Amino acid sequence: MTVEIHHPVKETTDTVPPGPGMRLTNWAANYVEDRTSLSGFVKELGRKIFPDHWSFMLGEVALYSFIVILLSGTFLTFFFQASMAEVTYEGSYPALKGLDMSAAMASTLDISFDIRGGLLMRQIHHWAALLFVASIGLHMLRIFFTGAFRKPREINWIVGFLMFVLAMLEGFTGYSLPDDLLSGNGLRIIDGLIKGIPIVGTWTSYLIFGGEFPGNDAVGRFYSVHILLGPAILVALIGVHLILLIVNKHTQFAGPGRTENNVVGVPILPVFAAKAGGFFFLVFGVITLVAATVTINPIWNYGPYDPSPISAGTQPDWYIGFADGALRLIPSGWEFVIWGYTLSLNILVPVIVLGLFLVVVAIYPFVEAWITGDKREHHIADRPRNAPTRTAIGAAGVTFYAGLWAAASSDLIATHFKLTIEGVTLGIQIATVLGPFAAYFIAKRICIGLQKKDREIALHGYESGRIVRLPGGEYVEVHEQLSEYDRWKLVSFDDYTPLMIRPDKRGRITVTQRVRAALSRWFYEDRIAPVSKGEIEAAHGEHH
Amino acid sequence: MSQQDGADPGTAVERVESEVPSTGIAVVDESDRLENPGFPPFRPRISDVDPEKDRQNSRRVSWLFLASIVGSVFAIVAYIVFPIELGNLGSVRLNTLFLGLGITLGLLGIGFGAVHWSKTLMDGHDLVESRHPTRGSDATRARAAEIFTLGNEESGFTRRKMIRNTLIGALVVSPLPAVVIFRDLAPAADPVPLLKHTLWAEGVRLTRDPSGVPIRASDVTLGSVFHVIPEGLNESEDRLEEKAKAAVLLVRLRPGDLNVSPGREDWNFRGIVAYSKICTHVGCPVALYEQQTHHLLCPCHQSQFDMTNQAKVIFGPAKRPLPQLPITVDDEGYLIARSDFLEPVGPSFWERSL
Repeated sequence: MTVEIHHPVKETTDTVPPGPGMRLTNWAANYVEDRTSLSGFVKELGRKIFPDHWSFMLGEVALYSFIVILLSGTFLTFFFQASMAEVTYEGSYPALKGLDMSAAMASTLDISFDIRGGLLMRQIHHWAALLFVASIGLHMLRIFFTGAFRKPREINWIVGFLMFVLAMLEGFTGYSLPDDLLSGNGLRIIDGLIKGIPIVGTWTSYLIFGGEFPGNDAVGRFYSVHILLGPAILVALIGVHLILLIVNKHTQFAGPGRTENNVVGVPILPVFAAKAGGFFFLVFGVITLVAATVTINPIWNYGPYDPSPISAGTQPDWYIGFADGALRLIPSGWEFVIWGYTLSLNILVPVIVLGLFLVVVAIYPFVEAWITGDKREHHIADRPRNAPTRTAIGAAGVTFYAGLWAAASSDLIATHFKLTIEGVTLGIQIATVLGPFAAYFIAKRICIGLQKKDREIALHGYESGRIVRLPGGEYVEVHEQLSEYDRWKLVSFDDYTPLMIRPDKRGRITVTQRVRAALSRWFYEDRIAPVSKGEIEAAHGEHH
Repeated sequence: MSQQDGADPGTAVERVESEVPSTGIAVVDESDRLENPGFPPFRPRISDVDPEKDRQNSRRVSWLFLASIVGSVFAIVAYIVFPIELGNLGSVRLNTLFLGLGITLGLLGIGFGAVHWSKTLMDGHDLVESRHPTRGSDATRARAAEIFTLGNEESGFTRRKMIRNTLIGALVVSPLPAVVIFRDLAPAADPVPLLKHTLWAEGVRLTRDPSGVPIRASDVTLGSVFHVIPEGLNESEDRLEEKAKAAVLLVRLRPGDLNVSPGREDWNFRGIVAYSKICTHVGCPVALYEQQTHHLLCPCHQSQFDMTNQAKVIFGPAKRPLPQLPITVDDEGYLIARSDFLEPVGPSFWERSL
């Protein structure tokens, strides 16, 4: 691993003589080194290069909010009682005093009202969890739209995807632990959802809840999953994710001097360590600021779980919205009895559609690699506009998700904008089905438009705003040429053509080959070629 | 876009001499590509050229770290001087706010300080590291293959088929007990009969939820709504499980507004009708009653049920009407059930109609 310093060459000395006051440090370093040979590790990683771009911090936000979740969650475990045993609440919150509730709910109220800093920690934990899932989602979108999932990073995409699903599971189990009215109704929906699954549904629900819903076991079981299983798997996956990040090295955006064969950026020690370490404190600080000032999940307003009451306008945490919305969008009547068995398509269809959506997200890197036939390694991240079809597919996916997500608030949209719930639901149904197609075409057109603009600027420069009168009396606006460094950012992307159908040795053309060629044509047909050397020269010839 | 043989993409047929069709990634001819201009010249920051700015930034970083210390100390002070007084919710708010603000300052001070330090004072040159293909070198891979071959030869893993196959068999079977021991997550009894019965039975009084006070037919005026539980539910051992099946909504409509199907004529009492409150979609309580239209709305997924029409679904993802509880009055004038529900209540399940 060679680290070379580029122009202008900066002088560094390799050995730093121990200064005054460094004797202890030296001694400690030697002590550890004699027992661990840690210097090899530092040599390999200490000056590893990390490229810089604002979008690269989304993954960092996810990592740091996870650490915040671990820290605040550990505090909460010291006070929370994961038990559904019925107790009479005798704590400080007057409105619920004397009410029967589970020990889980009562201890959550105690954390909120009787333990100093308890409410703060609960709110840090909850806000950090919301941020955790959100930042993973945004991080995945960044990876998707820049093509950073391409070889050799497909496995890390899968690892990240698993963490996204696991994060939602962690969120939902945590949300259920206080055993309040809102989370209880959420569990009730999960129970109904599971019961709707053919053949195994009834028994699965029975096993999860330890008998009939709600039972006395769900909180304790979810607690084991929430604080032990889930975090352990997440920590393991984060380890794999980061090791693969080191092995594959980070992607970088195209820029002067940057190639597929180098990484340009700042070294771990000291700049990246300071930036990233400082950023951890910034993320933690912002979460704490929000938690100190904005209430989240006020379970004392909902009261303990009871299967009979409910409040209007119930909303799940944001990341469950797409699943809840999918349930709401099914029209009436999708349930049938066949040979005496009840087939609940109003539940099965959303479950299958969501499952397929997630599967498509997970396997997309492999699908694209197959369609494009691209087996090379990629380390330069695409600008989204330079991969119009991929960007359009992403836009369609985001629109579909947004439709489902909006549906989870259909009742609030209806009351807020004074519309009928029927009209809102119909509107979102149409938007969820047709919206992705519209988004696909619009996004693709925008990408191609932007590519054309880039071409124009690369060839003819940008409008300088300076109007010049020519000797003949004609007014023209002077175009300012880009520097070659700026231009490089606009022109340095690969151009592709669709695959050709090629018969094998015996002259056969398989159906797979035809399908693949058709998909490749779909993927690459609409594309603007990057500006070539010849074009630049020709354009300059016109001007001079 | 130049094509090697000038034919239209996807239509040209080109013979290749390999059995496996080429994956054929077609990157367009690169000879006319612009060349990478190389690294731009280094642009020094203001603190690189102006020693005064350098000192200024250095002071700023120290101030930020000092602010962090102040914040953390303030948090400890806030923990003590803003205690929670029993029953005083304002004190909870103050404790949360000032403790939180102190910790925030403690964290943001470090964060802003470290980032400012790295951006303005640490060496600002970009460095370059070269990448190598992820795949290991030929020598490394040859050695790895050799190790596996040695391992195989020395252990006889593929040669001693009997050992290998029995080992695989043992490894496949060994986790099975771990699956089986989870059987007792749920009781032994079949869940289906449980789901088909509730606490309602002939003669059980309708009582108010949650107090358990019996309801007289004469208390139920036109347009009023009662949330109902069976008498004795509050004393039941499985209170919540039973309530999740037995909760009922009671309203009185004009008898003329009611559409009653044959066989259900005596299920209402002078226009008083009782329906299961548990949604037939996924089981939320259908608790929102619209007095003018006699519609019931489920707040979870917006299924709507028409109370005048035997709770038929008029909108939303639910399919089945809410099950009706047959009711009458006893000789003291209290509303009682004629029987249990005649069909399972709540969300659908596979064995529901069996």
